[in-house]
Amino acid sequence: MSEFIYLTFDGLSRGLVYAAFALALVLIWRAARIVNFAQGAMAVAAVYVAYSVTNATGSYWLGFAVALLAGLALGVTVERVVMRFVDHSSPLNGVVVALGLVLILQGTLGIIYGNEYLPVETPFSRDAFEVGGVALLSRYDLFVIAAVGTVVVILTLLFTRTAIGLRMRAAAFAPDVSRLLGVSVGGMLTLGWALAAAVGSLAGMLVVPTELGLHPTAMDVVFISAFAAAVVGGLDSPIGAVVGGLVVGVLLSYVSGYIDVTVAPMAVLALLVVVLLGKPGGLFSSSKARVA
Amino acid sequence: MSGALLQVEGLTAGYGAAPVLHDVDLTVQPGEIVAVLGANGAGKTTLLRTLSGLVRSSRGRVLLDGTDLAGTKVEHLVRRGIAHVPEGRGVVTELTVDENLRLGGLWRRDRADAKKALDEVYELFPPLAQRRTFAGHQLSGGERQMLALGRALIGRPRLLLLDEPSLGLAPKVTRHIMTLLRDLRERTGLAVLLVEQNVRSALSIADEGVVLSLGRVVVRNKASVLRDDADLRHAYLGF
Repeated sequence: MSEFIYLTFDGLSRGLVYAAFALALVLIWRAARIVNFAQGAMAVAAVYVAYSVTNATGSYWLGFAVALLAGLALGVTVERVVMRFVDHSSPLNGVVVALGLVLILQGTLGIIYGNEYLPVETPFSRDAFEVGGVALLSRYDLFVIAAVGTVVVILTLLFTRTAIGLRMRAAAFAPDVSRLLGVSVGGMLTLGWALAAAVGSLAGMLVVPTELGLHPTAMDVVFISAFAAAVVGGLDSPIGAVVGGLVVGVLLSYVSGYIDVTVAPMAVLALLVVVLLGKPGGLFSSSKARVA
Repeated sequence: MSGALLQVEGLTAGYGAAPVLHDVDLTVQPGEIVAVLGANGAGKTTLLRTLSGLVRSSRGRVLLDGTDLAGTKVEHLVRRGIAHVPEGRGVVTELTVDENLRLGGLWRRDRADAKKALDEVYELFPPLAQRRTFAGHQLSGGERQMLALGRALIGRPRLLLLDEPSLGLAPKVTRHIMTLLRDLRERTGLAVLLVEQNVRSALSIADEGVVLSLGRVVVRNKASVLRDDADLRHAYLGF
């Protein structure tokens, strides 16, 4: 029983990182109808920037803040310089360009920082508290919960309560109509990429210290889990991304704990297959309303 | 012609190599309702989309208050007083009625008047007021048309580009909308460029009529004259 509780909490805490990363994928999908396969590489680039800043200044938090800003900047750059010029008549074009970006980013990071795993510190202890002899959560897990929770709350308020959020949603759903109503659709697209990249960077900052360390490909496996989470939840749905992230996190945790770590990626794929067979749009999709 | 609100001169435009519109001339005076008539594929919708910049023109000019609109971004037109209600009504179906309407006023600096305009639209269209929190896709065709029209009015436009407002609507609803347009013109001096296949209802409220055929203006005359010209109706308008 204690193992079950431990695995559940561990899965939920990892799942929150997947949720954040899936949320970033959903943000871009909603804004641009592109699955941003470069998101892992972009997030790793931001974590490398944080690594440099933290090493130079000795401050984790300065590095943390710079990583988020670097994410924003990278999102703006990728949209303005690259994605804006992709011919979107076929959905594959954006995917291929994103994969090209992955190679460029990972290659460049490898040249600058080398291809060894660099150790990354966490700002809080990763030793779990024990309650009645059962290991539950560490201080770092609480930090992850607080960080992802804050992002979810901020994004929810942004999209449901603010004029900018209304513009972003309208621009994504009906670009021509939105332009006729005075919405700068291009600006909203850039903002969407910036926000998504910042959220992706946050996820990178949270997850990299808990893995093998910092490496140009450090986010590849996370990307796969988060992509599965986003698809399971329904690519259109922010709530779906969060729920999907938690489901994938817990599933991975159970499979790794009770069966074997090496089986875990297959479990994610199995989940993907089951959900897509049962509900092709994902668990929380609402795409019935719009066919075109 | 001085004092014209909208003046279109020699407009040629289309989607690919072959233009859809050929050398179109058109004038709308302040407070005037001009109906653009013609069969399917005559270029009516393309005309409106070119006027608002969604389709690029290859030749010709569009003047608003005498200034060329070339180079004005689509998203800035609404600030110049032009509201375009596109074909298919342009309701953002994923957003609620209230969100759709608020979207129509987001660009306005005068927040107080934008709020006032929103309340006026709810007064003008009671069914919308009862369905504020409904998503766009839950509305009937008539309600969607009210919503699209109401949303355009929140910008307090001087010129309304209205594409097929009667499409798929019951005759009673169409009549309601046409009456409303006439009232708005009386009250606010709103000019309307009305694209319609429903010739009868369009001519019932229009001052002028322009008939497009295969992208060219073939007839331009007073609406009252067009209404009574049987030969013309047979030739171009099919009734």
